[in-house]
Amino acid sequence: MLLEIKNLHAKVEGKEILKGINLNINEGEVHAIMGPNGSGKSTLAQVLAGREDYEITEGEVIYNGKNLLELSPEDRAREGIFLAFQYPVEIPGVSNTNLLKTAMNEIRKYRGQEALDAMEFLTLLKEKMKIVELDQSLINRSVNEGFSGGEKKKNEIFQMAVLEPQLSILDETDSGLDIDALRIVANGITKLKSDKNAIIVVTHYQRLLNYIIPDFVHVLYKGQIIKSGGKDLALELEDKGYDWLKVDKFQVTG
Amino acid sequence: MDKYKNIKESFLNNFKDFENSLNGESKSDFHKIRKQAFNNFYELDFPDRKNEEWRYTNISPLLQQSFSIPNNNIKLDATDLPNHILKGIDAYVMIFVNGKFSAEHSHLENIQKGIKIRCLADCIKNNDKDLLQHFGKYADCKNNIFTSLSTAFTTDGAFITVDDNCVIEKPIYLLFLTKAGNVNIQTQPRNLIVAGKNSQLKVIEHFSSTDNSTYFTNTITEIVAQENAVIDHVKLQEESINAFHIARMEVDQERSSNFTSHLISTGGKLSRNDLTSKFNGEGGEAMLNGLFLIEKDQLFDVHSFIDHAKPNCNSHEHYKGILDDDSHGVFNGKIMVRKDAQKTNAFQENNNILLSTNSLINTKPQLEIFADDVKCSHGATIGQLDNDAKFYLKSRGIGEEASKEILLHAFASDVVNHIKIDAVKNYAEEIITERINERKKES
Repeated sequence: MLLEIKNLHAKVEGKEILKGINLNINEGEVHAIMGPNGSGKSTLAQVLAGREDYEITEGEVIYNGKNLLELSPEDRAREGIFLAFQYPVEIPGVSNTNLLKTAMNEIRKYRGQEALDAMEFLTLLKEKMKIVELDQSLINRSVNEGFSGGEKKKNEIFQMAVLEPQLSILDETDSGLDIDALRIVANGITKLKSDKNAIIVVTHYQRLLNYIIPDFVHVLYKGQIIKSGGKDLALELEDKGYDWLKVDKFQVTG
Repeated sequence: MDKYKNIKESFLNNFKDFENSLNGESKSDFHKIRKQAFNNFYELDFPDRKNEEWRYTNISPLLQQSFSIPNNNIKLDATDLPNHILKGIDAYVMIFVNGKFSAEHSHLENIQKGIKIRCLADCIKNNDKDLLQHFGKYADCKNNIFTSLSTAFTTDGAFITVDDNCVIEKPIYLLFLTKAGNVNIQTQPRNLIVAGKNSQLKVIEHFSSTDNSTYFTNTITEIVAQENAVIDHVKLQEESINAFHIARMEVDQERSSNFTSHLISTGGKLSRNDLTSKFNGEGGEAMLNGLFLIEKDQLFDVHSFIDHAKPNCNSHEHYKGILDDDSHGVFNGKIMVRKDAQKTNAFQENNNILLSTNSLINTKPQLEIFADDVKCSHGATIGQLDNDAKFYLKSRGIGEEASKEILLHAFASDVVNHIKIDAVKNYAEEIITERINERKKES
């Protein structure tokens, strides 16, 4: 198993957001996590990536046999975890190329591999840029600075393409995208999918899942997964909303 | 009455020795200026922290010292020179060692027509008319004790004049190298730059030391930009960690002239940089950029003053500081928009990164606006490195230290990127990288 989340509880500023998450993910799988605003989807994504603002109060996360929660954010990335940010950060003065080169070489060093030379690296970038139809000019610009919403999201998937993670967590990568950008981003993700890696798609909407067909759909509500199902669950949610589940849950626990 | 009697007496003794060494020159017109300046110095009090201009900068560590006039017979070793920058730069090179021009190490061959690059010592000796016409006219010493002191001991520096309509292709690189060898010496490099109408000129002033001695650099640069002249000035200040550096730059800008200043500094023990740019005519442009990186117990102070005395002038000012350990930074940016200076655009910004809990920055914008149709803005930020940006980098596999390094470079980069001369820009980047790497080694 690639990732095993057991009874995960997390707090931020004294408030419990995750209240016992259980989730198992195998290589080759795509899991969609859906749910209304404030249900804890983004918190789960950030906690998996190692954001220090969250306090883990209970539970464990095993990734590739390792205790993930003991690893620093950078070591998680070096172990193959990638978070595509809901709001990619602008970093003036740091070029995209510089970020990726440093990241790539730090990851390779961690894995005991040689650093890529400049030519190899540029060839790699060119090849990966095609996946998300990213404009050449953007890669030499400062990270996300002055990028449109769509360009920022493309840039996240471009970074994912370059770093080739084993587990990608896409945090609302589809939100704010127009239909063309959505198609490009979704096709990019589909190209990166293989039987060796897994993807967690955090989303509000079903539309991204028309392109990236999930093996499992989970509904997160008030910090817990209250229902899991196949890809049809997403369609059902699109159709009926979340209210019927909330009632369901109430009846089960009540 | 004056608690700093001792240091004044020591400067008085130095001045007497200095006069005795001058022989015939002590009767010259120039020496009259020095004498007058010394009298001024003796009358004035050293500023304390009750003086608004020195409120955050305590100069008593300087006043507890005493300094001597450097001896002239200093031999340089090949490794004493900053060869990195010298190799990369295609410039007219003037090298001053302990304040004195060294023809041996300088390169003033094949000088383009229309520019005169002279050492001040020669011009003083020859009672040069042009020198006497401009010297001290912009950096007035009447109410400034450090200017008085510097003027009183003025012996050497660069005197650069550019004829009207001359575009000088090569930059002029002035190196003020101190090789004090643990003797507390005082030097007072003095530069005068007069750029004629429609002329263009690039000047670099580089202050450097061969060791960590305690010494006192009290330097003044006066710049005149005649109508439509374009002057680009870079100052690299990397003095000894124990040095006292008091600097003043006065720029007089005539109609439609354009002046740019870049200050890159790793400080000293105590450094103070006063920069004044004054618009004497309409249509002038001034851009002042600066970056300082300080650590340990360093104190770095920059006081800028942009005098919008005439309408339709633009000024942009951006200073950035990176402060570590127990260091203390001061930024005071004064912008005066006088009554007639309508349609003024004046922008000022000061951003600081504090890397330690004990570092301190006092930042103070000071806008005095007497015209009613102007655009002025100012802003100051003080903070740590952006945590969101750091997490973003770390989530890509970049470690804590490397992330910090990247973000510090990014913070510094926009100031450095404004430097137009590649060799100087690269050198500034080297200085910054070295400083950031040093930090890493210590932690």
